[in-house]
Amino acid sequence: MTTFLQQLVNGLSLGSIYALIALGYTMVYGVLRLINFAHGDVYMVGAYVGYYLSRKLRGAEPSIGSALLVMLGAMLACAALGVLIERFAYRPVRREARLTLLITAIGVSLFLENGAQLVFGPDPKFFPSLAPRTDFLIGGVRLTSEQITVIAVSFLLMILLRLFILKTRTGKAMRAVSFSLDASRLMGISTDRIIATTFALGSALAAAAGVLIGMQIPKIDPLMGILYGLKAFVAAVLGGIGSVPGAVLGGLLIGTSEVMVVGYLSSTYRDAIAFGILILVLILRPQGLLGRVHKEKV
Amino acid sequence: MRLRLFTALCLAAVVATTLFCGPKGSGKEIVIGEYGSLTGGIATFGISTKNASEMAFDEINKKGGVLGKQIKLLVEDDQSKPEEAGTAVTKLINQDRVVAMLGHVASSQSLAAAPICQSNHVPMISPSSTNPRVTQVGDYIFRVCFTDTFTGEVVAKFAYDTLKARKVAILVDVRSDYSVGLQTFFGEAFKRRGGEIVANQSYSQGDSDFRAQLTQIKATNPEAIYVPGYYTEVGTIVHQGRELGITVPFLGSDGWDSPKLWEIGGEALNGCYFSNHYSTDDPSPAVQKFVNDYKGKYGQVPDALAALAYDAARVMADAIGRAGSTDGKKIRDEIAATKNFPGVTGTITINAERNAVKPAVILKVENGKYLLVETITPEAVKQ
Repeated sequence: MTTFLQQLVNGLSLGSIYALIALGYTMVYGVLRLINFAHGDVYMVGAYVGYYLSRKLRGAEPSIGSALLVMLGAMLACAALGVLIERFAYRPVRREARLTLLITAIGVSLFLENGAQLVFGPDPKFFPSLAPRTDFLIGGVRLTSEQITVIAVSFLLMILLRLFILKTRTGKAMRAVSFSLDASRLMGISTDRIIATTFALGSALAAAAGVLIGMQIPKIDPLMGILYGLKAFVAAVLGGIGSVPGAVLGGLLIGTSEVMVVGYLSSTYRDAIAFGILILVLILRPQGLLGRVHKEKV
Repeated sequence: MRLRLFTALCLAAVVATTLFCGPKGSGKEIVIGEYGSLTGGIATFGISTKNASEMAFDEINKKGGVLGKQIKLLVEDDQSKPEEAGTAVTKLINQDRVVAMLGHVASSQSLAAAPICQSNHVPMISPSSTNPRVTQVGDYIFRVCFTDTFTGEVVAKFAYDTLKARKVAILVDVRSDYSVGLQTFFGEAFKRRGGEIVANQSYSQGDSDFRAQLTQIKATNPEAIYVPGYYTEVGTIVHQGRELGITVPFLGSDGWDSPKLWEIGGEALNGCYFSNHYSTDDPSPAVQKFVNDYKGKYGQVPDALAALAYDAARVMADAIGRAGSTDGKKIRDEIAATKNFPGVTGTITINAERNAVKPAVILKVENGKYLLVETITPEAVKQ
């Protein structure tokens, strides 16, 4: 039983990372109907920005303050990266066929992966510890402060995102754009600005996920975004692409089932399970678990 | 029509370059190929191997080369991907016309490339692929290291006799022939001695989250955990294992030997052990000269992969010299006849299975240093 609970904790902390990345997919899909394949790589860049920032701060003792600084820095940098990608890669072809946009996304993804190998070097890097570490032992289940941070920060960010979408003017505009791009423009909404904001938000969340995974694993490499990106994409589809709570639910489900499969069956099926779930969802419930047509899409 | 003529000309040009551009056995140089992982998950292996073979050939060239010619080394990168190794070797053989091949460190890559060398009759020496199947590919494939059968025995003997462990868990990389081989050989040897394997868990190269497997292992209360993987994953595994409250030593083999291991795993690795081909602590003049030369040239302590690559390159040059020709068949025969060659990693004699028979060492990880604990000879593991 202890082992099972421990696996549950492991699964939830992995799942909340997937959930954070999945949010970016789902938001961009909501407004542009685009699967942003470069999203996983933005997550990778986030991890690297975090890595270099924390190396800069290394003189200081690990503390909550410096951890926050690293996370905010990475989120800002990736928000800027997201806006740049949208401005220079997607906006010029936004009016073209959907396929053009999709292929552009794959191009951006390859550009980021290979660019990162050139700039950061192809070797894996070790993420330094950011915050002082303590372990908690609750009924035989070991919770590290990193796992708690990962789960807590993920949920905090997800709640903030939901409040932002539901309660602010920009959030309202995002929902409008997601409902109909043309109608929103006719109503005087600056759609370019809203789309850029969406990319900035999604990328910032991916950067947060990158820093969190760096704290937890703690190894980062330029191709780390591929598999995490794909699984987060599966999570977004599972939850219902376009639905924010769906992305969170999907992420947690994928993370937990993956850990359980590795723990109780075999690690060979680790990736098979995520993609098996994707196929099942597409056959049985193409709109996803929480996906409903025209309801709360961002 | 004109377009067709143009295409034909292009094709002719391509055919001509592939046919005639190679300096095979002619000219002032002898071209030897090497394929290795210069980038990716096991990049430090490929880089130290490349450094050491270049150093060996530089020394030989300074003394006048072989057969009155200079040796030229061409190195191809496979990005740590077994499927790229075949491409790299095909290019070296067909395009660069190398007379002999050095490589690879990883057994999966060697197994991908060896059939290509064998069918082209290009002799290949793997410096450090330890999976027994590598040299079974054919009579043109050799190695200058011992095999995993022996490594498994060595680690089993160390765990049972020195650590007095009776219950050991194994965490294996299912995508690596090296790792899967060691899992089997260690398991058999350890059980034969009277020990018990309490858990067999697996992961795949490139994974980064091992908490699920480690949680299962922890529940079986092992006295040691054998992780026959490569340093990138091992560093992460040990780090996450300590976070989950696992305090017993992790054991490993030569795949651990990289300066990056400590960088990734850090203090979590203190008190862990791994088996290896040589120790830099060895006081013998040959080892100390090699270590100092390498440090002087590359500013780094040479790992065992470097030492083996240095030996492989020198065995190859020695065989070409004795063959008196760059003919593949003749070089092959001379490599097979190598006897009592004074290598850095011990005296090298190639046996009938085209393997070298040598003692192994057990090293202990302590604050970033790998200290010599024990030397285990092939005779000592016989029961």
